[in-house]
Amino acid sequence: MIITETFEELLFECSKNKLCIYEQAQAEEAFVQDFTVEHLRNMVYVNISAMKECIENGVKTGELSKSGLSGGDCKKLQSYFKNNPALFGKFFEKITIYALASAEENARMGKIVACPTAGSCGIVPAVLITMSEEENISKDNLVNGLITAGKIGQVISNKVRLAGAAAGCQAECGVAAGMSAGLLTYLRGGSNEKIVNAAILAIKNILGLTCDPVCGLVEVPCVKRNPFLAIHAVTASEMALAGIESKIPPDEVVDVLARTGSLMSPVLKETSLGGLAKTKTAIEFEKQLADRL
Amino acid sequence: MSGRKTLLDVISPIMVGPSSSHTAGAVRIGLMAREIFNAEIKKVHFRLYNSFATTGKGHGTDKALLAGILGWGVDDIRIKNIFDNDYGIEYEYEFIEDTNKPPNAVRIIINDKMTIRAESVGSGEIAVTNINGFNVRITGHYNSLLMIYQDLPGVISKVTDLIQRKGVNIASLHCDRDIKGGNASMYIELDSEIDTEIINNVKNIECIYFATGIRKLKS
Repeated sequence: MIITETFEELLFECSKNKLCIYEQAQAEEAFVQDFTVEHLRNMVYVNISAMKECIENGVKTGELSKSGLSGGDCKKLQSYFKNNPALFGKFFEKITIYALASAEENARMGKIVACPTAGSCGIVPAVLITMSEEENISKDNLVNGLITAGKIGQVISNKVRLAGAAAGCQAECGVAAGMSAGLLTYLRGGSNEKIVNAAILAIKNILGLTCDPVCGLVEVPCVKRNPFLAIHAVTASEMALAGIESKIPPDEVVDVLARTGSLMSPVLKETSLGGLAKTKTAIEFEKQLADRL
Repeated sequence: MSGRKTLLDVISPIMVGPSSSHTAGAVRIGLMAREIFNAEIKKVHFRLYNSFATTGKGHGTDKALLAGILGWGVDDIRIKNIFDNDYGIEYEYEFIEDTNKPPNAVRIIINDKMTIRAESVGSGEIAVTNINGFNVRITGHYNSLLMIYQDLPGVISKVTDLIQRKGVNIASLHCDRDIKGGNASMYIELDSEIDTEIINNVKNIECIYFATGIRKLKS
């Protein structure tokens, strides 16, 4: 069994074996984990159910996080859209609401699915569950979609550790956007090449995104970044489906993601020593929190 | 090795938020400490270092460590309110900044008997780095055997011989000692389940003071 490590290898193997990305990916994963494809698919579905549950919990409550830095915005967005339909329609409303719902749940210590990380836990589920509800996608296709997203993240993780501390937010929310773009492109019938292209268009446009959380907490700017990057994924997918291609090949873009991560100062990689975390207001928050927690 | 992510790793785990390193990783450290101690826990002292100390409360790191000690999984929704109930164990926390220690490090003392040092290395991955003064690197990815013994020639081969006779493959082997002929530790990662017969036979080797099986992390 060949375990593909780059996008070039993945697309080559898929085309050689006449497989969709998810088919190649699930065969590889079942081989590596030493269990059946069916078992893998069941596990993936458990995660989809958990994503759905997390969103359901998140849209219901307006509770703040323990720090008070996040929470309540998902409710605000829902009431706003009730009287002011979003310019881009129902999909935009759901994707942004769902992304905020999961990200706020995360900050409240609710149960989430790290995908690929806890800080970026709203992005993939927002796209997946919105599509599931609005387009009536079958359970099998949802599983195929999340496996496709997982493979995209896994290929990237061969070169970049998916952690803000390693490569900034480009490796967390950025990669989640790439995974979501690929997932959405698959669900809308895009070819393997278009799936990878969508992912890479999304990644290429978040290069250099820093990780500078206020008070070191996964809240500011993390929570609001989730809806932004879920919509970013939709843009990438639409462009890819239209046949727009990244002029820089996928694996070269991943190399740049890794290199940009290394070039980024530690000050901007989850240490909270710079960026938004060291603004006058953030320092003020820090003082208030130290007294309260 | 363990650094490589599987597809499932990328779309998992199901966990309580907010941070894979500061929450899920902390639960896993607690679970490993519980597994290594392998006896009833009555009292536990946590010393949290650096980022665990400065952002630990906001991330629920203190709650997560205790949850692991109680045997709860990373997705246990009780973690958020864990301090609301009594579990029949005494626990206390210290928060310290020490630049000589890794960013997300903790020292756990259980029942005033065993000291475990561990760190959360990111993305929910952890490593137990020291047990009672002996350097180890236990990641929870493998079932493993841990032994403390007198540093004498031939002990390693006696142990590996017992393992080999059961047809079990060794994934990795790490040793450490204080001084020549003094106390030594051996830590062996296995490719299969832990066989209690192997542990009992290992315990019968004369210079081995302590031997225990450590199951890999499920959560």
